[in-house]
Amino acid sequence: MGTLILQDGSVIKGNSKGAIGGYEGEIVFNTSMAGYQEILTDLSYAKQIVVMSYPEIGNYGINEIDFEAQNPALVGIIAKNFCEEENHYKSTQNISTYLQMHNIIALDDIDTRALVKKIRENGTQSAFITSNDLTQEEIEEKIQHLQEFKISNDVILQTGAKEKYQYNDQGEIDLAFIDYGTKNSILNTLAKKGCKITVYPPSVSAQEILENNHHALFLSSGPANPNEFSYQIEQIKEIVGKIPLFGIGLGYQLLALCAGAEVYKLKSGHRGTNYPVINLENKKILITNQNHGYAVKSDNLAKFIRATYKNLNDDTLEGFEIDSLKVYAVQFYPETTVKAEETTTIYDEWVNIAKREINNKNNEVKNER
Amino acid sequence: MKDKSLKKVLVIGSGPIVIGQAAEFDYAGVQACRTLKEENIEIVLVNSNPATIMTDEEIADKVYIEPLTLDCVSKIIEKERPQGLIASLGGQTALNLACELDEAGVLEKFNVKLLGTNIESIKKAEDRELFKNLMQEIGEPVPQSDIVSTWEEAITFSEKIGFPIIIRPAFTLGGAGGGIAQNMEEYDEIVHQGLAQSPINQVLVEKSIAGYKEIEYEVIRDSNNTCIIVCNMENIDPIGIHTGDSFVVAPTQTLTAKECNMLKASAIKIIKALKIEGGCNVQFALDTVSNQYYVIEVNPRVSRSSALASKASGYPIAKITTKIAIGYNLHEIKNSITQTTLASFEPTLDYVVVKIPKWPFDKFSTGDRMLGTKMKATGEIMAIGRTFISSFKKAVTSLEERYTGLLHRGFETLEKADLLKELALQDDRRIFRLAQALYNGIEIEKLNKITKIDKWFISKIKAIVDLEHTLEKKKLDWDLYLKAKQFGFLDSEIIAITGATKEEIENFALQASFKTVDTCAGEYSATTPYFYSTWGEECEVEEFKLKNNNKKTKDTIVVLGSGPIRIGQGIEFDYCSVHASLELMKNGYQSVMINSNPETLSTDFDVANRLYFEPMNEEYVMNIIKKEKPKGVLVQFGGQTAINLAQKLNAQGVKILGTSLDSINATEDRKVFEKLMRELDIPQPKGCAVTSVTEALSAVKEIGYPVLVRPSYVIGGRGMQVVYNDDELLTYINEAFKFSNEHPVLIDQYLEGQEVELDAISDGRDILIPGICEHIERAGVHSGDSMSIYPSQNISRKNEKILVKYAQKIAKKLNIKGLMNIQFIIKDNQVYVIEVNPRASRTVPIMSKVTGIPMAKIALRAILGKSIRRAGFGVGLYKKSNLVSVKMPIFSWQKLNRIDPALAPEMKSTGEVLGIDTKYKRALYKAFLAGGYKFSNSKQRVLVSLNDHYKKPALPVIKKLFKQGFFIMATWGTHKFLEKHGVPSKMIEKFMIDKLQKRMKNGRLSFIINTPTTGKNSQNAGFQIRTIAQMYGIPSFTSIDTANAFLVAHKVFDKNTILTYDTITNYRKKKFLDMFKK
Repeated sequence: MGTLILQDGSVIKGNSKGAIGGYEGEIVFNTSMAGYQEILTDLSYAKQIVVMSYPEIGNYGINEIDFEAQNPALVGIIAKNFCEEENHYKSTQNISTYLQMHNIIALDDIDTRALVKKIRENGTQSAFITSNDLTQEEIEEKIQHLQEFKISNDVILQTGAKEKYQYNDQGEIDLAFIDYGTKNSILNTLAKKGCKITVYPPSVSAQEILENNHHALFLSSGPANPNEFSYQIEQIKEIVGKIPLFGIGLGYQLLALCAGAEVYKLKSGHRGTNYPVINLENKKILITNQNHGYAVKSDNLAKFIRATYKNLNDDTLEGFEIDSLKVYAVQFYPETTVKAEETTTIYDEWVNIAKREINNKNNEVKNER
Repeated sequence: MKDKSLKKVLVIGSGPIVIGQAAEFDYAGVQACRTLKEENIEIVLVNSNPATIMTDEEIADKVYIEPLTLDCVSKIIEKERPQGLIASLGGQTALNLACELDEAGVLEKFNVKLLGTNIESIKKAEDRELFKNLMQEIGEPVPQSDIVSTWEEAITFSEKIGFPIIIRPAFTLGGAGGGIAQNMEEYDEIVHQGLAQSPINQVLVEKSIAGYKEIEYEVIRDSNNTCIIVCNMENIDPIGIHTGDSFVVAPTQTLTAKECNMLKASAIKIIKALKIEGGCNVQFALDTVSNQYYVIEVNPRVSRSSALASKASGYPIAKITTKIAIGYNLHEIKNSITQTTLASFEPTLDYVVVKIPKWPFDKFSTGDRMLGTKMKATGEIMAIGRTFISSFKKAVTSLEERYTGLLHRGFETLEKADLLKELALQDDRRIFRLAQALYNGIEIEKLNKITKIDKWFISKIKAIVDLEHTLEKKKLDWDLYLKAKQFGFLDSEIIAITGATKEEIENFALQASFKTVDTCAGEYSATTPYFYSTWGEECEVEEFKLKNNNKKTKDTIVVLGSGPIRIGQGIEFDYCSVHASLELMKNGYQSVMINSNPETLSTDFDVANRLYFEPMNEEYVMNIIKKEKPKGVLVQFGGQTAINLAQKLNAQGVKILGTSLDSINATEDRKVFEKLMRELDIPQPKGCAVTSVTEALSAVKEIGYPVLVRPSYVIGGRGMQVVYNDDELLTYINEAFKFSNEHPVLIDQYLEGQEVELDAISDGRDILIPGICEHIERAGVHSGDSMSIYPSQNISRKNEKILVKYAQKIAKKLNIKGLMNIQFIIKDNQVYVIEVNPRASRTVPIMSKVTGIPMAKIALRAILGKSIRRAGFGVGLYKKSNLVSVKMPIFSWQKLNRIDPALAPEMKSTGEVLGIDTKYKRALYKAFLAGGYKFSNSKQRVLVSLNDHYKKPALPVIKKLFKQGFFIMATWGTHKFLEKHGVPSKMIEKFMIDKLQKRMKNGRLSFIINTPTTGKNSQNAGFQIRTIAQMYGIPSFTSIDTANAFLVAHKVFDKNTILTYDTITNYRKKKFLDMFKK
């Protein structure tokens, strides 16, 4: 019998289906009905405990292809039911086996709907998840301890790239990419769209990127509170205006902070695949995949920041552009937002911007001659 | 934004309930009308189906209950001049009619805009060839196929591809006329059948991909090109079984996110390419070992699947489709569940939904139970559970069968080899065989090889079966009991398996809790009154009540719905349940609805204060009652399903409102009823109740043949039969005992007289009889299968008075509070009562419409204690207007193989239409038109074959047939008989069935008059002729009375009568107008 303890004092018992041990983390919920493998390996969940609102998890096992990162960074996962007899032709292992191998605590046979509602009402909060049955004393001690828990900003040193490397060396666009804890599908999509990608660790300096004369810089998604990444923000500030910048998730939030916007914590965050977002220019609507606990404040944006996307459920800002500084960013995950193939995606738009930039530069060079 | 030019809109309904097109379109139609009303648009509605809520006068501004023909709808358009037409909510019928109206130039001529998806898109989706071309254009894979219009073309394809081949006729309902051919012989039969049934003589022949996963996507698109997926669904049965006949689960269970996204992207691409505006259903086949998928079919309209998706997700597809049709975009529409978010989002579920079809094979014992590409289910049930297992187990219980579980279905005694052999059969019982095989220890791998059902589903079913094993062996403790409850086991099942006592179970003191369906998995606060049960979890009912606390409301009252649609218990009971619930709310009560049917309006969460989507099973209902603590329960509106629950609920201290349980029992218990009739001095046919074969034989000696044998407490005359001698009696009586369970079998004298019925409302003091109906067919045909006329045309004033007097006496004696239906036979000027039903009957919706008396509402008020005198319609027999209506039963033979279409005391029809006019003959003609009968000027051939019993009575009808210019072909005996009476006919041998079949195939036979010889012998020639005729869509009249009526109608046609069409309201008023004219 495993135990989940929330900061607000709630104690919930469940069956332990993952690793042995216990971790503190931030408890959040995700409302996707499929895609647990991608969620497990989305590094933006670093140090979090994810409650899956959909009850049946693990049905199609774990395969070798659908990972978003090599190793997961979340500490716990909770479901109504983890499937013990999975079946899929691609599956190579059972979800429990995977969780045990990667030291993730998992509990099931829990009233996940009640838990989701609790998080909705009281907000995301600290929690302790353990495969053990705890005594009353241990529980009280833990609750005390939870009041001080927070996800530290050095988590990106674990989730981000450890060192500079080349993701692929072919492509029209020479793209610099800072990996704070990216998803494979972001890199994959960019490569497919014709980018030669140089991946840098979160500790990279502005100077290093600028020295390498990249056409553009892409800031990846990632975990934790963006307000605490002052070093990263400083570096980005130095690059802004010099080459086009693109950002997704954490990358988007960092760009907003560079532009003087405020980033605040959402009560329960946006985690799922069904968030409607409107393109404020053409009024077209996207049903987007999201994972973020922070949002950019939209009501006192600087004049030069143009809001591009808005969440239709709660009116939060989902994207912005600064034309004069060539900054383009969205909060949601455009690469896993399903659209019919033939329609242009945000990545296409960005790639085109980068290409235009290359042409302009070439022209400038010619003119100078 | 809303199209402001729309002031008046025509909505076309889907016509009668048939297999493949059922109550889901009443649900969709009503949502559409309500939405239009909210927008202040005037609604003109046309539908031939009187049993629907959508044809209620409060739903639309103008209600035409008229045939869904080109002539009729054109005239209505000419008269009403609507600016818009909505056809995407009335099923295939409405869509086909819209295409006809377009082709005939009617829409253009009167400047009517087809709202929502345009004609071109509809055709692209519906026409097999255009669709295939479009898919190739946009690069979406479709299985190798060809469109053929001739047998020769079909051969060319089969030579190229090889068997098995799937055959799908174009433009037919629920795949009528289609099938899978394994060899040339089957191919020959199915292709010919399909060509005959397709209105454009076109079939699609297609490489079979049987064994692939079958996946459906419900997509909505608006004119802003926003596309959302409301729900995806996975068929537990792989490709090869029609989705309407498949066990279905929502959302998909065995697909990875990548696979889901791949199919989602494809669905969006298709709906965009088709420019659908509104709801649309896309069906895919997905390989089990690769990424290969095929697009199988697109329905460019609201469908059965979308009704299921709406109920499964809480997202009202029909409503949103209507909003889109009148110009709104998804992001301009509020999500009616959360009230804070918009319609432009995708619902997410935190529960699992399972749908199981309800088949009519329990009624049709000779029927072909094999499932294929042709849909056979009459209805379906849905269950919601927190896990797949709980949902699946609940769904099985919802079927309302004798056994509630997966096991003990009669496969226990099968040898392993036989069981394995039978497992390969794709019929309605395959899941139960699968469960038995798992119980017997056969490995999942092997079962997957045989059934092609995904191993994931098999292992879940195994978990249920394994728990049954555990329950058998282990001592029942708290943990095991909780687990069993969470798996969906009933207490009664647990008691039967473990041998535990009722007290032991009660000592666990575990109560069900209820969760909300909210479209958003709890992410936003919602106050939807839509619940399902779960065990050992937090309950949300109290929280809901707290949020919606209304001090002004009175007590809570529970309305029991009628479960799945089946033959004998159709949409009419949903009609009554919905009215009861709405009227409860209007009278200030808290209405609680319980039902398990996803197709119907009663399970729309806004027809009650709280909806519980649960099995119509005693224990599930009691769970709700324990939670709701209602003042009482209404059982008289939900058909036999609800009545059957009355006794069990009452035994647990639940108050039955309205007519008392004793009175209900008095009408069902033969002896009590006989005594009652004697006391009231009301004649009834001689009869008695028997419990053994010996008793039956001695009873018949006293009564004399022919007799009517029937079980008590059953739906739609199940197992009922007229019997002429001892041999037949011995055959049927055992079957009747089987149907009857613990209740006795009834044997009655069979009087072949005029059958009459009436519905009445009583408050215990007075009764109100809206009208008296007379059946066209003589007694012996089930009332649900008879054509019936209102007001009666051939009953004397004196007898009318007797009927009313008897009704009053019975109502008073039984202290009827609410609805009552009485059936009579008049023979030799003597009135006999044959049946009293102290509840809502099949005819309540019709009688409410033709008389203008809202029967269900007045009945409800009577139950609540209000006098019917105050309803404003007086008491006694209500006055007639100039309106005459003829009800015509509609059958679904084309979907069911090997079922005798002969009319009998056991009900077989699935739906009905109503013909209305001011003249009887015209009303009759309209009823036949609405029923889809064809009339033609050319000289027509008719095959006549009569049994000895009916030769003489039929003579005048055959003479009339000849006089009206038909060419008569007769079987040997009939030919001789006609010759003797001077009616010319061509003799044809009965056994020359091949020759007859050819004639029918080539359309050289107009109809058949064939009175059946008794006996359910499927080998006899008459049976074969009738079934072949049904296959080719040729009417066969098995009662000479129906044939006679057809001739009367034909005469109206022969006279080139020009029909006029009017609203039901105006037909009722016409009397006064006529008087004024005089």
